[in-house]
Amino acid sequence: MSWRRLPPRLRHGLVVLGILSAACIGGPWLANDPTTIVEPAQAGLLPPGSSRWVVELRDGSRTAADTAQRTQAGWVLSGRGEPRTIPTGAVVKVQRQIFWLGTDSLGRDVLARLLWGGRVSLAVGLVALLVAVVVGTSLGLLAGWRGGLVDGALMRLADALLATPALFLLLMVAAIFRPSLTLLVLMLGGLSWMGVARLVRGQVLSLKEREFVLAARGIGASPLRIAVVHLLPNTLTPLSQDAALRLGDLILAEASLSFLGFGVAPPLPSWGGMVAEGGEVLGTAWWLIVMPGVAVTAVVIAAALLADGLGEVARQEGVP
Amino acid sequence: MGRWLLRRLAAAVLIVWLVATATFFLVALAPGDTTQRLADTRVSPHIREQWRRTFGLDRPVVTRYAQWIAGAVRGDLSTSWTTYRPVATMIGEALPNTMFLAGAGLLLELLGGVAIALRQARRPFGAGDRALTLATLAAFAMPTFWVALLLAEVFSFRLQLFPASHMHSPAGELARGWARLLDLAHHAVLPVLAMGLTGVGAIARYVRGSLLDERGQAYVLAARARGCSVRRALRVHALPNALLPLITVLGLSLPILVSGSLVIEVVFSWPGMGQLVYSAALARDVPTLMGGTLVITIAVVLGNLMADVAYALLDPRVRLGGGA
Repeated sequence: MSWRRLPPRLRHGLVVLGILSAACIGGPWLANDPTTIVEPAQAGLLPPGSSRWVVELRDGSRTAADTAQRTQAGWVLSGRGEPRTIPTGAVVKVQRQIFWLGTDSLGRDVLARLLWGGRVSLAVGLVALLVAVVVGTSLGLLAGWRGGLVDGALMRLADALLATPALFLLLMVAAIFRPSLTLLVLMLGGLSWMGVARLVRGQVLSLKEREFVLAARGIGASPLRIAVVHLLPNTLTPLSQDAALRLGDLILAEASLSFLGFGVAPPLPSWGGMVAEGGEVLGTAWWLIVMPGVAVTAVVIAAALLADGLGEVARQEGVP
Repeated sequence: MGRWLLRRLAAAVLIVWLVATATFFLVALAPGDTTQRLADTRVSPHIREQWRRTFGLDRPVVTRYAQWIAGAVRGDLSTSWTTYRPVATMIGEALPNTMFLAGAGLLLELLGGVAIALRQARRPFGAGDRALTLATLAAFAMPTFWVALLLAEVFSFRLQLFPASHMHSPAGELARGWARLLDLAHHAVLPVLAMGLTGVGAIARYVRGSLLDERGQAYVLAARARGCSVRRALRVHALPNALLPLITVLGLSLPILVSGSLVIEVVFSWPGMGQLVYSAALARDVPTLMGGTLVITIAVVLGNLMADVAYALLDPRVRLGGGA
């Protein structure tokens, strides 16, 4: 199918996701360094669009000023408080820097942190989705194909996990294990395979008795071959629709967990964690809360549009 | 009906037992010693050994599992590691607050969602419908904690209209009757609004879809042919049929509702289950974590069961027990 003939929602979702991922992948080279702290007394909590002279000192620290002038005595910096004079020898570099989305209370660039946080949030969401899809597909195929006791046990387990509020369970696991990034991904994926498994199982049950599967069995194909070659391709469209919605859920779950302080650990920026940091200075710096939240919302909207569009494709193909 | 209900009840009990078992073994099989997590490493090994005995961690896993299940059945969820109070008592205090918050939020999102969907279905694919579709999609996509913080920032810190923490002010805590209720309502505005705002999108999207399906049905056309206005045809004829499947959807969305209330309770310091479990997670208070998760799961499973029963009672086509 050509790009133009795809449902508009699908195209919009793909474009938004593409732009955001491109920004997050390529952005960190364009934006300032997210870990750089510019002396908070001078550059902390700057509103979006501010610019300052950033002075890099020989000891590795950075300070900022509204104006920087080179005189006989050294660099004269005037900013918040009294003007300061720094000997020329102590200064490595002086450059004008624009903070497009402002700075946080430690004097770090919000745009840079947003892009780096996006890398973390998107990567965690995507890998967790991969885990959920692999686990869910395998268990769904197994349950649908074997039936009987295996099916009953797996589906009751899925029911139990679906009935438990995910955030409570995640919080409990996170509190006990103090998760690393890997464990966080496994945890998120491990708690969201149920929907995939149910979907795949349903498809397998409806396809199992169809002629092409019976024919494959008749000529002696192994169950694994039938599952991979004959059943899986037929579940692809509904599965991708489900996966798109699930990506949004996973990114929201990761953000909630990081917001609560049990997800991505602090030196690494994440969108949820950034909102939490903004919440600590509530009422003073709106941009700290607004920016990462907008980023999460944009990704989830794009994922939902993608899912809607894929659903439309499925209807066009005649898959129920 | 009786036999069907019994089977559904048995399934619910099975689910609760599975969750209780899974949470227990998750904790029991965690690498390292739970008391080590409870305590600072600076605590002497002697004291830690004492803790192990107090919390019953010196007994074998199977014994502890049997005790946990037997206790849970009797309503005894053992003692908190931080407050040394019975977990069941702490939950007894927190659960009504969560149910109040979740109930009020659910009501708000239901009313709002249905109102929006009715407005959209009047002229589907018109400008108003398109704008509202975008708005409900955004509401559906916004993270709950973010909405809660934004509400606190705008209405509490900037406009100073509503308080952003706790259920009562100190004065309201002491007041009686209407004054106390008014104080509670004042504190509940922002948390309930946060719940409603994040849930309204999903409901509006769902109801709009089923209203559009009903709109094409012959009985709606017949009503229109009799001279019924579009609004009346939608509200009186199509809406009841469109709302019926919503009951099941609501039942299934309860876990999401409760997860949302966790975050909102943390943001607004609302003394409910979410706050309880969150502070237990911070303190690594294992019994409270396990008990809280179990009880909130039971509440969700019961809610699901109620949704199923309500659906069966309201839809005359559903015949339970006999036949299919």
